[in-house]
Amino acid sequence: MSKLNVSVSPHIRSGVTTTGIMLDVIIALLPAFAASVWLFGARALYITAICVLTCVLGELAFELITKRELTVGDLSAVVTGMLLSFNLPVDIPEWQAVIGSLIAIVVVKQLFGGIGCNFANPALTARVIMLLSFAQTTAFTAPRGADLVGGATPLALIAQGDEDKLPTLFKMFIGERAGSMGETCAIALIVGFIYLLCRKVITWHTPVVFVGTVFLLSFLTSDFSLEAAMYQVLGGGLLLGAIFMATDYSTTPPTKWGKVLFGLGCGLLTFTIRRFGSYPEGVSFAILFMNILTPYISKLTARRPVGGVKAK
Amino acid sequence: MSHLKGISVPHRKNTAESAPVQMGAPTVAYYPTVQHIGAPAVPVVKAGDEVFVGTLIAEAGGFVSSPIYSGVSGKVKSVDGTLQPSGAFVPTVTVECDGLQTVDGSLAPPDVHDTESFIEALRRSGVVGLGGAGFPTAVKLGVKDLSKIEHIVINGAECEPYLTGDTRTMLDRAEEIGEGIELCRKYLGVSSFIIGIEKNKPGCIREMRSLAARHAGMRVTVLPSVYPQGAEKVLVYNTTKRMIKEGQLPIDQGVIVINVTTLASVARYIKTGMPLTEKCVTVAGGAVAKPQNVIAPIGTPVGEVFDFCGGFKSEPYKLLYGGPMMGIAIADKSAPVLKQTNGLIALTKDEAAVRPTTPCIRCGRCTNVCPLGLAPVAIAAANDATDMEALEKLKVNLCMECGCCSYVCPAKRPLVQQNKLAKASLRDWQNKKKEKETDKK
Repeated sequence: MSKLNVSVSPHIRSGVTTTGIMLDVIIALLPAFAASVWLFGARALYITAICVLTCVLGELAFELITKRELTVGDLSAVVTGMLLSFNLPVDIPEWQAVIGSLIAIVVVKQLFGGIGCNFANPALTARVIMLLSFAQTTAFTAPRGADLVGGATPLALIAQGDEDKLPTLFKMFIGERAGSMGETCAIALIVGFIYLLCRKVITWHTPVVFVGTVFLLSFLTSDFSLEAAMYQVLGGGLLLGAIFMATDYSTTPPTKWGKVLFGLGCGLLTFTIRRFGSYPEGVSFAILFMNILTPYISKLTARRPVGGVKAK
Repeated sequence: MSHLKGISVPHRKNTAESAPVQMGAPTVAYYPTVQHIGAPAVPVVKAGDEVFVGTLIAEAGGFVSSPIYSGVSGKVKSVDGTLQPSGAFVPTVTVECDGLQTVDGSLAPPDVHDTESFIEALRRSGVVGLGGAGFPTAVKLGVKDLSKIEHIVINGAECEPYLTGDTRTMLDRAEEIGEGIELCRKYLGVSSFIIGIEKNKPGCIREMRSLAARHAGMRVTVLPSVYPQGAEKVLVYNTTKRMIKEGQLPIDQGVIVINVTTLASVARYIKTGMPLTEKCVTVAGGAVAKPQNVIAPIGTPVGEVFDFCGGFKSEPYKLLYGGPMMGIAIADKSAPVLKQTNGLIALTKDEAAVRPTTPCIRCGRCTNVCPLGLAPVAIAAANDATDMEALEKLKVNLCMECGCCSYVCPAKRPLVQQNKLAKASLRDWQNKKKEKETDKK
């Protein structure tokens, strides 16, 4: 008999791995990915491929150059690439997509220590930097099936007072409206949400509280119009952000109540920016702002040791 | 908070249906003098002495200690030190078996007529906590102020995967459990008995409910199938809603916890006078040819127990004393069945593979599953930084090493292992601090 292993307990481990979790997120993103190709054409596929490839190669190159442990196999760079691409308009120039991806992976993720160490969501931060740097980041294109001529997003139309040009709620639901590639198809995002819940990758707390807060505040401030509140929920990047960005492990609180607070903060900020800001969309800024508050929320909502007695 | 947290682990209790099979005498038996918590027992035999089943071979070495009896008949070959899986070097009595299993003729039921004689009998019985901890039962039940005991909580949770020894006790030895309850009622004055059983054992729940109908003050609490229901604090909380606080013993909350097989063994000794000499052991795991429950004489080398179960059908990668969540890995097949051994698990490489550790992704699973609300990641960071004040605040001393955090970690980080190290360094630091303070005075 060969030698026995005598490492300490526990001797069995769950089958959940980092790579497995990332794979689940990728699978959950696939419906929205398919919808983006269906709505915006093959270019959506092309841009997503550019973002994913740049993120993966960027991470690999950075880790090779800095002689760090290679973590590129954990698929987290693929998730970042997909999320970034979903947050961009389909007509974004390729070189901008490449720069955005490198900002996400190298600047926001790796320079802060790599997976698990970044304090802000890489894809979101990159998107906000692009938004402030390149005009094209907000030049949205209308997808197939959309009646409107220009590329004004529903939230922009509401901000301009052009409510009569809004697509129907049904079209909003299936994604036939202007916006970023991956944010428009609500039903695909919800399918991904259900998948992540079933696989226990995320909990419901942040997404439900986030979206619920925006819905409730919009409802209360629009003379109790359910329709107006629904446009706020389905418009912009709310669902994409609430389901896939506000649930990122490293940049959000780990406990149940932490997640509720985080979602509440995101909802309040999103509503405030949309309602009172000059910019019609507020999800990215809201999540990013709450990312910064995460260490404090985590501390505030940390679990207390059960049965612990204060030291004398 | 209705229940303390925990995790879902695979049950793998495929031996639950197998009534224990009696195993014969081994060729050789080993009796290390540490088979309990407390002072090592002191050998009272020397090489050449003849021993029988039930002969005292080592007497209790102190108040918190327990005597050790031979499980075999034969001749003492040697008394010298051996290395234990715990890493300690302890005196061990080796007995060459004659295969006859002759019972010691001097054994007789103890004279029990009051509390004092009951506790004295327990002290002689050699019974210790058979759930795995091995705390001497006489010490646990020997409470000075009997009025403090409000409930006796009987541990029938058996939350570790694979293990079914307690399950078999509840199915096969209900009468002895009942006798144990009546002994505690008579001599300890206890009137409330709560047995906690995980809901994955419907047969045991049925059997114990029918027992409860026959014994006043006994009730069954069905526990969720969430590991670690059998951990003392979790069990007490989930059965009585009382939380054993930091630094407290269960008795400080008016509770005594006793494992169901321990209770049955107490009753058997009082009735027959046969001390603890054999043990029902669950032999299971992917590498075992014929997984089953075996009643083996204490002292039997584990290799002989595995051989009795048809040997290995595939190469074992790890042999364990106890279950896969908290059991101890054995390095050598000559290690004996001990009093606390409730399982002998042989895991294949697939089952026990240690996957590479990757960076923490801060998913929070470890802290969210901890039954005691500890934060393993923060503890690991504080321990790496040797920040003892932080470890003190994080209450790492509460950690009961159940292993939930390590089990769920997707990055496969050695969390409970780091907790163990942190506990040890915190204890050292606190002791040193105390010494300094007394020096000043």
